[in-house]
Amino acid sequence: MTPLDRPSAAEVAAAVRSGERSARSFIEESLTQIGRDEATLHCFNEITAEQALARAEEIDAAVAKGEDPGPLAGVPIALKDNLCTRGIATTCSSKILEGWLPPYDATVVQRLHQAGAISVGKTNLDEFAMGSSTENSAFGPSRNPWDTGRVPGGSSGGSAAAVAAGYVPLSLGSDTGGSIRQPAAFCGTVGLKPTYGLVSRFGLIAFASSLDQIGPFANTVADAALMLESIAGHDPRDSTSLPTQPSAYLAALGEGVEGLRVGVISDFLTDADATIEVAVRGAAEALCAGGATVEEVAIPELMNALAAYYLIAPAEASSNLSRYDGVRYGLRVDAPDVAKMNAATRQAGFGPEVKRRIMLGTYVLSAGYYDAYYAQAQRVRTLVAEAFNRAYAQFDVLIGPTTPTVAFPFGAKVDDPLAMYLSDLYTIPSNLAGHPAVSVPFALGEGAMPIGVQLLGPALGESVMLRAAQVVEAAQATGVRGPVAMSEGSAR
Amino acid sequence: MTEIAPGWELTVGLEVHCELQSATKLFCGCANAFGQTPNTNVCPVCLGLPGSLPVLNRTAVEFAMRIGLALNCHVEPSIFHRKNYFYPDMPKDYQVSQYDEPINLDGYIELPSGTRVGIERAHLEEDTGKTSHMGGGGRIHDADYSLVDYNRAGVPLVEIVSRPDITSPEDARAYVSELRSILVATGASDGRMEEGSLRVDANVSVRRSGTTELGTRCEVKNMNSLRSLGRAIEYEAARQIELLEDGGRVVQETRHWNENTGTTSSMRSKEEAFDYRYFPEPDLVSIAPSAEWVTAVREALPPMPSERRGKLLAAVRSASPDVDEHAIADQIVTVVDLGIDALVVAAIAAGADGRLALARGANEAASRPEDARALKVESFVELLHLESSGKLSATQAKSVLAAILESGATPAEAIAKLGFEGVDDAALAVIVDGIIGANPQEWQRFVEGDEKVAQFLLGQVMKQTKGQANGRVVAELLALRKGA
Ligand SMILES: [Zn+2]
Repeated sequence: MTPLDRPSAAEVAAAVRSGERSARSFIEESLTQIGRDEATLHCFNEITAEQALARAEEIDAAVAKGEDPGPLAGVPIALKDNLCTRGIATTCSSKILEGWLPPYDATVVQRLHQAGAISVGKTNLDEFAMGSSTENSAFGPSRNPWDTGRVPGGSSGGSAAAVAAGYVPLSLGSDTGGSIRQPAAFCGTVGLKPTYGLVSRFGLIAFASSLDQIGPFANTVADAALMLESIAGHDPRDSTSLPTQPSAYLAALGEGVEGLRVGVISDFLTDADATIEVAVRGAAEALCAGGATVEEVAIPELMNALAAYYLIAPAEASSNLSRYDGVRYGLRVDAPDVAKMNAATRQAGFGPEVKRRIMLGTYVLSAGYYDAYYAQAQRVRTLVAEAFNRAYAQFDVLIGPTTPTVAFPFGAKVDDPLAMYLSDLYTIPSNLAGHPAVSVPFALGEGAMPIGVQLLGPALGESVMLRAAQVVEAAQATGVRGPVAMSEGSAR
Repeated sequence: MTEIAPGWELTVGLEVHCELQSATKLFCGCANAFGQTPNTNVCPVCLGLPGSLPVLNRTAVEFAMRIGLALNCHVEPSIFHRKNYFYPDMPKDYQVSQYDEPINLDGYIELPSGTRVGIERAHLEEDTGKTSHMGGGGRIHDADYSLVDYNRAGVPLVEIVSRPDITSPEDARAYVSELRSILVATGASDGRMEEGSLRVDANVSVRRSGTTELGTRCEVKNMNSLRSLGRAIEYEAARQIELLEDGGRVVQETRHWNENTGTTSSMRSKEEAFDYRYFPEPDLVSIAPSAEWVTAVREALPPMPSERRGKLLAAVRSASPDVDEHAIADQIVTVVDLGIDALVVAAIAAGADGRLALARGANEAASRPEDARALKVESFVELLHLESSGKLSATQAKSVLAAILESGATPAEAIAKLGFEGVDDAALAVIVDGIIGANPQEWQRFVEGDEKVAQFLLGQVMKQTKGQANGRVVAELLALRKGA
């Protein structure tokens, strides 16, 4: 069964709320699907079937009593395994968090629970969200449902693949430099990174605090908007949470793009695959056909974002990951004294990419290098934000590719970190600026793999951006919605 | 400038860490409390659990502003930084502190001696947990194992950094003493140095008299009383001078004061010092107190010790104009330090003897400062009147004051209980007349001017009154009879 054949999250919730179908039946269906394909795909680090079924029964009981369990009633969801879940292992796909059970739920987990959604498990990721393929997971990579010889992208590869495989209609990922949008593009799903501060980070295990943002994966733009409505909004437990209440993203959809000014980021087209450039131009035409004015715009500052990102993100990560020292929780490798124990634990507990970024970050913050690297990168970050803001004075929405290529085969880039880092060339600028962006599957490219088109908006510009995304979605090529490989039960 | 030793001058800068008395910790809702079972006063935030985030405590910010304003600093827009280093008592392996944009900048303290010490900054930061090293030498490197208690982790601190304006161990002590009084007056701290709510580190250097360039400094840690602060600075200065006079040089390092041996020893050199990799804390937003808030905090500040000392001195002087200011300087400091100045000033305003009110305040009341602060002004005034009018002797007045402080009784009740009220003036006159009648020869010698016999007559009166008579009143009565 492909995601196309399955009901959307909105349809699931409507069926459960009306009593037409039980939440339990949807969860069972989801678990059956997982049982069939998971050995191949490895989307999950842990499947919480028992808890999910118990929660489904609670929801069904509530419906039976005439209560409304919420806008996501009975919708099976999957949570990236860097989101804290009370009493359920949260590993960041790292050996260093072995055995740790969080004593609390992340704010997004609480909100989804309150909205009636039911988590079926914790999804695989690149260790501590550092990577673009899930090949950096300590527990082995996830596979792309479109072609199991290819990566699902990363770092939220498990969450993207879980939606693409039809396990769940919705999942959560986190996006620090493209970790939602890039795997969404690779797996042919919608992936949305909200404005920094729109969704609480409380309970998201930090990679780079000033860049991290939680967001949804869905099969449709409408479902992504539905999930965003449930998780967005101020949280007093996160000081960087914006003091805004979420808009009615879903209600704004369908208003079309008549009169919108759309800018095609020309800098993003020069290095992208030819098929990807064609897809972006096709999406732009769809917007034009919908009544938007479309123009090309050069924003050369955006091309400096990647370099700045690889100074800022590792710097913050080197500090955020210091606490994994073997003293309080997780892995401990015994040694004669505490400093040696710290070192032995971290040596054994972290994988090579995490170590590489900790070393990079430690170096750029060191005495004598701070100004040349970290402070300089922050200046570039400001320039990127200013360049975006100039563009948004002229345009309501920007459009470009999500990635330079479609999903690549396993092993293609794992030994070449710089090549791997380039996967995020077009997604990183929005993180540096704190702006929202969404990847929408639009066409098929090399190897009949999906191509994602990225729509970018200014801070808190989600509503307009999602309207444009829906117009692009409506024009997407046949065959883009849902991989065929898994539905035939075999890998290509 | 005074010399610490012939040909040598001392320069000291002090860093004082002050725990704030806010109800909760700096970044979470845990109680800011002590003495609880280890690791019970903690939550995901102050334990630095993965995914947790800090939220700044507004009261702690206000306390920091109070301290800054009391120290004549400017309150500035400020941000937090992370100070990164590995140590098991730091849950996150970084400390959230303020670095180059602190909340309070550029103030000063005026010591009772009149010396002014500059304050470079007074910034907010979180405290660490507490480590106990078990077995071995009790230090982390040779312990069999170590235990960590995170109850203190995240408690708000203000670190007050002085300029290197202190030139003697006495001034260092006076600075900390004055700072402590100010901190207590603001209500932000309990000022208890022995219990660790006030912790002092000293940057000590020496230089040849008359030279201007500062010598290489050493940071001395682990002094837990004013006395050990003075001793540590003296020792460290002498050590550096001896080193330099022998042709050696001072190495910049952190040194540990050992209270038992009275010496300092090297903890770590500058080369071994941590590279803290400071960078702005991305999980917190900047603090930008509005002008209205700063004004409100400034206006709500109670009078500071220097102002209160001035007020007390003026009150004493108005009641006792011929008082020797120098002689009562210590009493003034003590009374203000213990917060008894309000009582003394009120008593003087109600007509009490100024000199006496101050003396009883600085001595008897000072031994029970909490009771003294709660004492009714009328009771204190009544007692002082009884003493100054001669109805109570000085010894009796002291006993009565001690009794009313201890029991909360009125002076009359205490006097009755102590049996001091048996002899009123009329009764005493009758007794004195009886003694004169019974000892005609001695009386004759007294009338002729033999002073020695006065003691005999007084002794007879005391014997008959079982020591309850006021000696001064007896002497007055005898003189009165002689002149008649
Ligand atoms: Zn706490």
